[in-house]
Amino acid sequence: MIKAVNIIKAFEGRTILNDISVEFGSGQTNLIIGRSGSGKTVLLKSLVGLHDVDQGAIYYDDVCFSTLDFKARKAIRKDVGMIFQGGALLDASTVAENVKLPLDLFTEQSEEEKLERVNYCLKRVNLENAHHLYPSELSGGMVKRAAIARAIVMNPKYLFCDEPNSGLDPQTSIVIDNLIHDITKEYNITTIINTHDMNSVMEIGEKIVFIYEGNKWWEGTKDDILHAENRELEDFVFASAMAKRAKMAR
Amino acid sequence: MFNIFKSIGRYTLLMQKVFSRPEKRRIYYTRIMAEMEALGLNSIGLTAIISVFIGAVVTLQMAITLESPFIPQYMIGYATREVMILEFSSTVVALILAGKVGSNIASEIGTMRITEQIDALEIMGINSASYLILPKIVATVFFFPFLAIFSMLVGIAGGYCIASVTGIMNPTEYIDGLMYCFYTDEISYALVKMAFFAFIVTSISSYCGYYAKGNSLEVGKASTQAVVSSSISIMICNLILTQLLRT
Repeated sequence: MIKAVNIIKAFEGRTILNDISVEFGSGQTNLIIGRSGSGKTVLLKSLVGLHDVDQGAIYYDDVCFSTLDFKARKAIRKDVGMIFQGGALLDASTVAENVKLPLDLFTEQSEEEKLERVNYCLKRVNLENAHHLYPSELSGGMVKRAAIARAIVMNPKYLFCDEPNSGLDPQTSIVIDNLIHDITKEYNITTIINTHDMNSVMEIGEKIVFIYEGNKWWEGTKDDILHAENRELEDFVFASAMAKRAKMAR
Repeated sequence: MFNIFKSIGRYTLLMQKVFSRPEKRRIYYTRIMAEMEALGLNSIGLTAIISVFIGAVVTLQMAITLESPFIPQYMIGYATREVMILEFSSTVVALILAGKVGSNIASEIGTMRITEQIDALEIMGINSASYLILPKIVATVFFFPFLAIFSMLVGIAGGYCIASVTGIMNPTEYIDGLMYCFYTDEISYALVKMAFFAFIVTSISSYCGYYAKGNSLEVGKASTQAVVSSSISIMICNLILTQLLRT
């Protein structure tokens, strides 16, 4: 479980997150949605500790993460996986080296054990033939899958995904969504996904938090979202002409 | 002025992070070896080309300038040796490497910053500053003095070649000049200077790249800033070290 309590974050006097309190449960895919510039990436980066919040607290289970120093956070970070928008694979390393890096640094496993784990993770994301490829040799979908493999290699308890579908075609997006969802269920991970892709919301969204201009505007499930009486949320959800027609038909 | 102090402060804090205890020494050893190849071995060609030509040109210039019946010919070899050992092989080569290695480091780390690769390392619990920068510093501080020795040898050989090929002076006299009043302290002085310059180039360039933000344009600016700041720092450090070590 990850919990944010009254968090406020400002950059150069401009408030980006305004008193947000939210709880994300384990074993479910939690989605943060909102328009571009609404503050959802800042929220995600604050939750994961890349930004320090100005006020409020962030809890990982019972531990107050936001007050910990670098060394104390390190222990928790071994349980954290993150998939960045662009994949963020190390350019100078192969796919296998990228996935193996956390094992090299934080485990005492033998080389065989590490390779076995890397093979398992790459197979889990259907990348078993990409060990020796460099990130520049991969397609967008493959980069995302390699990033997922790296994120799960240490058996994380918490998984953060920043727009995992950006730049992908609809079919590949569904593959990535389902993969994240399956992994979440399989390992009982607390997964938080940042997205503005409504397909993802309807496919895998179990808990949805809508951020509007730095405020938590609405939260609920994917079933609630279609019936929510909230103008800003409706504008966001039914932004496309097709969605509007579907709503009218309903 | 405030920005300079702010930069010095941030640089100091970054170095504190860089020199904190490494996660696993074996991983660092592998990375240091890789960096030695990338930053050191790959600079041998450039160092050789520049050194051989400068050695030859210095010999030619000395031969033309010192053309007098009162000055013995071996002084040309002596002057070439002094120029190559005391200043060229350390200071000028360091300035050249600031251009090549410094811009390479700043753009590499800067690109990692803007493509969130550094964030990814931090999320994994890795001390990104130490993991990325420490191997580069160790590799260059260890390897650049070898480049300086190589530069001295190649530069002096360049002078010998030009003396032999053009006949502007007797090559035997050139050799005599190389051995005239030779103190090994001069080599030590050059190597100490080069080790300092290696640290300056690598740490300043890493700093410029590490704090790059924005887009590819900013990475370009960081790269330019790295070369400019490293070069200025080398010149200041050269003055201080010469004062401290030679007087």
